Amino acid sequence: MKVLYYPGCTLKTKARNLGDTAVESLALLDIELEELSRWNCCGAVHSLADDDLIHLVAPVRVLIRALEQGGGRLVTICSMCYNTLARANRVMRDDPEKRKTINLFMDEEPDYQGEVEVVHLLSMFRDEVGWDLLRERIKIPLKGLKIAPYYGCTLQRPREVGIEPVGRFDLMKHFIEALGAEAVSMTSADRCCGSYQILGNPEVAKDASSIILADAGKSGADALVLSCPLCEFNLDRNQGVLFEEGRISKVVPAFYFTQLLALALGVDPRRCHLELNSEASIGLLRDKGIIAS
Amino acid sequence: MNKAQTHPTNEKQNQKIATGDRAILPDGAKTVPIYVMGKRYEVPETLTIMKAMEFVGFKFIRGAGCRGGICGACSTVYRKAGDYKLHFGLACQTVVEPNMVLTQIPFYPANRAVYNIEEIEPTAESVYALYPELFRCVACNNCTKACPMDVEVMDYISAIKQGDLAKAAVLSFDCIQCGLCASRCMGELPQYHIAQLVRRIYGKYIQPRAEHLKKRVQEIDSGKYDGIVKALTEMELEELKRRYLESEREPNMALPGEWLPKDQEYL
Amino acid sequence: MTRISVKAGQRVFLDRLAKMSGQNVQQCFQCGICSGSCPMLENMDTHPRKIIRMAQFGMIEELEQANTFWICASCHACNVMCPRGVDLPRLMEALRLMTLRKNQNKVEPSRLPGEMIKEYPQIAMVSGFRKLTG
Repeated sequence: MKVLYYPGCTLKTKARNLGDTAVESLALLDIELEELSRWNCCGAVHSLADDDLIHLVAPVRVLIRALEQGGGRLVTICSMCYNTLARANRVMRDDPEKRKTINLFMDEEPDYQGEVEVVHLLSMFRDEVGWDLLRERIKIPLKGLKIAPYYGCTLQRPREVGIEPVGRFDLMKHFIEALGAEAVSMTSADRCCGSYQILGNPEVAKDASSIILADAGKSGADALVLSCPLCEFNLDRNQGVLFEEGRISKVVPAFYFTQLLALALGVDPRRCHLELNSEASIGLLRDKGIIAS
Repeated sequence: MNKAQTHPTNEKQNQKIATGDRAILPDGAKTVPIYVMGKRYEVPETLTIMKAMEFVGFKFIRGAGCRGGICGACSTVYRKAGDYKLHFGLACQTVVEPNMVLTQIPFYPANRAVYNIEEIEPTAESVYALYPELFRCVACNNCTKACPMDVEVMDYISAIKQGDLAKAAVLSFDCIQCGLCASRCMGELPQYHIAQLVRRIYGKYIQPRAEHLKKRVQEIDSGKYDGIVKALTEMELEELKRRYLESEREPNMALPGEWLPKDQEYL
Repeated sequence: MTRISVKAGQRVFLDRLAKMSGQNVQQCFQCGICSGSCPMLENMDTHPRKIIRMAQFGMIEELEQANTFWICASCHACNVMCPRGVDLPRLMEALRLMTLRKNQNKVEPSRLPGEMIKEYPQIAMVSGFRKLTG
């Protein structure tokens, strides 16, 4: 099976541990992620003002590219890209007035009416691949690893684009279990990590991240699993800083769901870009015997 | 740019002047009305915008350079009668059209970062650090629409955001630094300066080196050609002319390696 | 029932707020679930519930001085829980835009340390600049 794929900017650089492991893992599941041949940044956040249509242009342009490349469906892996593309798509599908204005503005592009379906890879596992098949293909079960699903904001909110109803975290739980690990629940699974405030109000963002990590520590999880490069930065890469500043007392590394998938499918750990995660992540996998020390 | 003549040209003038560089109007040549900064002028229909402006009396002290479409000094913006669309061109390359309304934008302020190319780390992150406004791009595509060189500006900005400096360097190769992209940018990006930095990094650190060039430089350094160069510089002029006229020449369109000169001493 | 009356200047502001955000603030019955679900509450000088209350009364000055909408991370935790269907993140965005559209940035990209930009993922800059620069 071949599906059209939108990586997003960060997956090409800082979050290769998310993008590359997805492509490699899916190939092992007989799914070819075909990257859009031409694409721009989606804008990362949805425009929330009714008179601010210019910020819908970027995601809509991506959707037009997908349509041109024959995609009835566009797969995303980054949660923020998913959220931004899916919401822009809904505007183009459901709001005739905004659709008209945006199409008129983009006079160099063909008109778009929301034809493409935006899908997050996690939904694809649930709806198309299936947990049974996933379980069958696992070569190195992640036994002994306790993982807390971390959804963040953009996988579930707002409700109309949520991959799962608000407050339910079964999708990632089933995913974790299919990989042979133990799923641990925590109350902050959909609590905001601080998001873009790491740029505007870093202290505020660090407060937000610390609460989640403290909760993760209490839940008994060895690690978090997530799908957003901004969450990963705030919760994983920045964790050393939070620890040094005394904001957290226990280190709980985070992995992208595709990294854990790749490891479980037997992909060489050296190709899972663990060097891009926090230091604690490699140590944990070694301790659990998932990667050689 | 000075406006030496404030009156539109009259019929009498049109009859005596010529086209070409000196704008001599040939017999029977038609004139068309154009509007320069809102004022109407009658100009010969065959002229470029630059020549038409000089024809009616403008004198360029800025906004003109090579007159060959490569220096990027004469960026011009125009609209056509009854059309909302903005058009862009180089004044030295764009032929006038009846009722076009134009102005030149010889310069547009754009943030240019200071850096030492010798010390820069050849990564996308270095570009981000010098030009963080890069991330304010909203993909409106106004830059690409404005480019008189048909550069896919938005695409190279996208490539940089995606960390692909090689792609951006190639996509922006035809840029002549005219700045029209920056003049139209919603995110206030200096696209052309960013692209120049990327090409510099690419050229210095990323682009593969030509191995044969290195070899040839070594040959020159080793003195392989010293003798012949000395002989040529000391040669009588007549002998030099004779040799030049009799010299062998590679045929047009010869495929690489297909043709070799008879004298192969220095190959 | 008490009617909330607002003056002409306030009316212009409130109309603009309603138009930009697409929200009718009078729908809110002040239950406070928004404040209760807000993960950034600790750092806000004015709770989200109060922001709506101020909007209901047309308290323009107080609204403009609050740091609430600059601390908001658009996480939508409030909006999914609101029993009255008020989309509070949209209200916050409208309040941000009222400043940002005057060519005033909350974060100045040129003044951010280069080392920080090098370290942060692109997604942080893109989203941060979208929400905090005009």
